[in-house]
This record gives sequence, C-alpha cells and structure tokens, in this order.
Amino acid sequence: MHETSIASFLVEQASAAAEANGIRRVTKVTIRVGELSGVVQEALRFAWDIVTEATPCAGAALVIEDVPVTVRCPKEGTIKRLASPPRFRCPDCGEPTPELVTGRELELKSLEWDE
Amino acid sequence: MNSEAPVTQPRILEVRTQILKKNDELARAMRAEFRAKGVYVINVVSSPGAGKTELLTRVLRELRARGLRVAAVVGDLATENDADRLGASGAPARQIVTGTVCHLEADMVARSLEGLALDGWALGDLDVLFIENVGNLVCPASFDLGEECRWLLFPCTEGEDKPLKYPTLINTVDVVVLSKMDIAQAVGFARTTALENIASMRPGASVFETSAKTGAGVDALVDDLVRRRDAFRGASIASARA
Ligand SMILES: Nc1nc2c(ncn2[C@@H]2O[C@H](COP(=O)(O)OP(=O)(O)O)[C@@H](O)[C@H]2O)c(=O)[nH]1
Ligand SMILES: [Mg+2]
Ligand SMILES: [Zn+2]
Repeated sequence: MHETSIASFLVEQASAAAEANGIRRVTKVTIRVGELSGVVQEALRFAWDIVTEATPCAGAALVIEDVPVTVRCPKEGTIKRLASPPRFRCPDCGEPTPELVTGRELELKSLEWDE
Repeated sequence: MNSEAPVTQPRILEVRTQILKKNDELARAMRAEFRAKGVYVINVVSSPGAGKTELLTRVLRELRARGLRVAAVVGDLATENDADRLGASGAPARQIVTGTVCHLEADMVARSLEGLALDGWALGDLDVLFIENVGNLVCPASFDLGEECRWLLFPCTEGEDKPLKYPTLINTVDVVVLSKMDIAQAVGFARTTALENIASMRPGASVFETSAKTGAGVDALVDDLVRRRDAFRGASIASARA
C-alpha cells in the first residue's frame, strides 16, 4: 500500500503550492497517473481523504487523469499505444519495444480554488 | 442569465511537478555522490521470500573473494534478522526497519548510509553497495533510491507467469534472476515459457538462473555485475576528467 506514501507526497506538494500562491482552501487537485505507475486509484483516493485533514487541501476533490502506456517501435520509429495489461511488443509488427514513451507518470497537474 | 450576477470563478493554478519530486531529488543527489565516489549501487527487488538475502549473502562473499569492498543495507517491515544473515558474509550490513511502509524510500537509505559511516564504513571505501528492498512486487517500482542497477528475483517456485502479472516493476529492472533453480524440476518449472514472458515484459533485460543453496549460476551473475561495475567506473573516471 504505497498509495499512502504517494498521497502524503502529493498533499505536501499541493499544500506548499497553495501556500506559495496565497490559496487558503483548495477545491480540486488534478493529477496525471500513468497506467504503468503501479498506483491503485481506489487506494489513493482513500488515502487522500485521510492525509488532507487539517491542510489547505482538506475536502478538495481529487481528479485523476489516466495516461496510457505508449512505446516507440524501433522498426517503424513511430509511437504506439499498448493494451492493458501491456506486452512490450509493437502491436502492429511484433518488434520488442524497450523504449517507454508514456505510462509511468505520477504528476501534480493543477490546483483549483474559489475566489 | 444576467451577466452582472455575481459568479464565483474557479481559479486554476497549473503546477506540473512530479508527485514524488522530493524522493526523486534526493535520489538524484545520492546517485551523483555514488558516482563521484565510484560506488556501484544495486537495488534488489522481489516478492517476500524470493531468496534475496540468501543470494546476496553468497554474492557478497564471492565479491569479497574477488577483492572488492562491499556492503549492504536491507529493508524489512520488522526484525533485524536479514542484516545479521548478510553480515555473515563478512561484509558490513545494516538493517532498515520500515514498520508499516512496504518499500524503501531514498531518505531511509540515506539515513542508513549515515549509520554505516558512523560504523566506520565511508562510502568512498566501497566498490559495491547492495540495497535489499522490502519484499513487494509493486510499491518499490516508483521509488528511485539513487541506484545504478536494479535486480529483480523471480523464484521458480512462483510459476512462469509471474512476470506477466507485475508489468510496473519488471519494466524498470536491468537484470532478472530466476532464483531457487535447484528445485525447478521438483516444482515443474516451465523455463522456456518463463524466459519468453520475461522478454515480453522487459525486452533487453539480462537473465540469470541461480541457486543460493548450491551456488549454481552465482558466478555468472557476479561476472555480469563486475562487468557492469567496471563500465560504470570507466564512465565515472571519464566524466571526472572531462
Ligand atoms: N531451495 C532453495 N531455497 C532457497 C534459495 N534461496 C533462498 N531459499 C529459501 O527461501 C526462503 C526465503 O529466503 P530469503 O533469502 O530470506 O528471501 P528474501 O525474503 O527474498 O530475502 C528461505 O527459507 C531460504 O532458505 C535457493 O536458492 N534454493
Ligand atoms: Mg530478505
Ligand atoms: Zn512496429
């Protein structure tokens, strides 16, 4: 259950960004989570409600944007989306695809608040 | 709607930072220090009981026999047993007890290394450092520990389709070790299928087959480690000169 750790890192960063910008109460936090990030969204939401207590993010909605797994096919040079769960081969030509382009994201995208 | 009616406008602040930035930044600083001091660091991950401690104890012994200066830190939820087992190799070993945390984070390793230094083992006196992670096939994937190389152990006892079930972690590793191969036959391990599955999840990973009980395959794994470490040392020296 590393989602508790991830939620703690997230609330710390979001709260710091809020304070640096004079935001007293955050209403929404949007994050980008790659399909290969290993994060279980349910667990992250559960942890979020707990770790935000008594912070500027208390009560804020957590919006999670999924980022698909994409790779570069070394043969064609183009970017391909993989099925989930992924096999690291080009879905078109079968070539092994060691190079991951997206899918590992764990990113704080934005904060929202009401004036 | 009356355009003069008071409306509360939600305001948006674009942040765009890595959620694990704090861990990533510390890990980056640690990696820079390891490189500057020429210490080759390996993060060893697996499910609980896959044979990490047993294998590392042998590998530490073998590296010492080859004249390399080695140390290990080991993460477990509870107990100091594994540090004692690793220490039986003659190498300095320190335990990190994580309590409820199911993976190691960079700051835990940094603190453990401070302890190692207090025991008289400065980083600069080491050639190779192992970090045995907490047994877990998911959580360690996200946490950079400043390592140069990641080993993943799959014991033959856990079946040949295990690599397919943990895409997140396997896709971050450099070396896959099929462990406990002394009992592969007894458990009906389908070796070819396992190798195909590993290749489909991590194309290009080096694969080794070992038994920590008999020692079979350990030499080949250590040869690979020494080759990687020599290449690393060569690159560190070149960048220090540049
Ligand atoms: N047969 C066999 N058993 C092993 C081998 N390596 C480890 N074991 C056993 O597997 C169990 C777990 O090993 P351990 O090294 O503690 O695993 P860790 O949790 O990954 O550190 C112990 O009972 C070991 O004796 C091996 O190569 N062959
Ligand atoms: Mg162990
Ligand atoms: Zn292709």
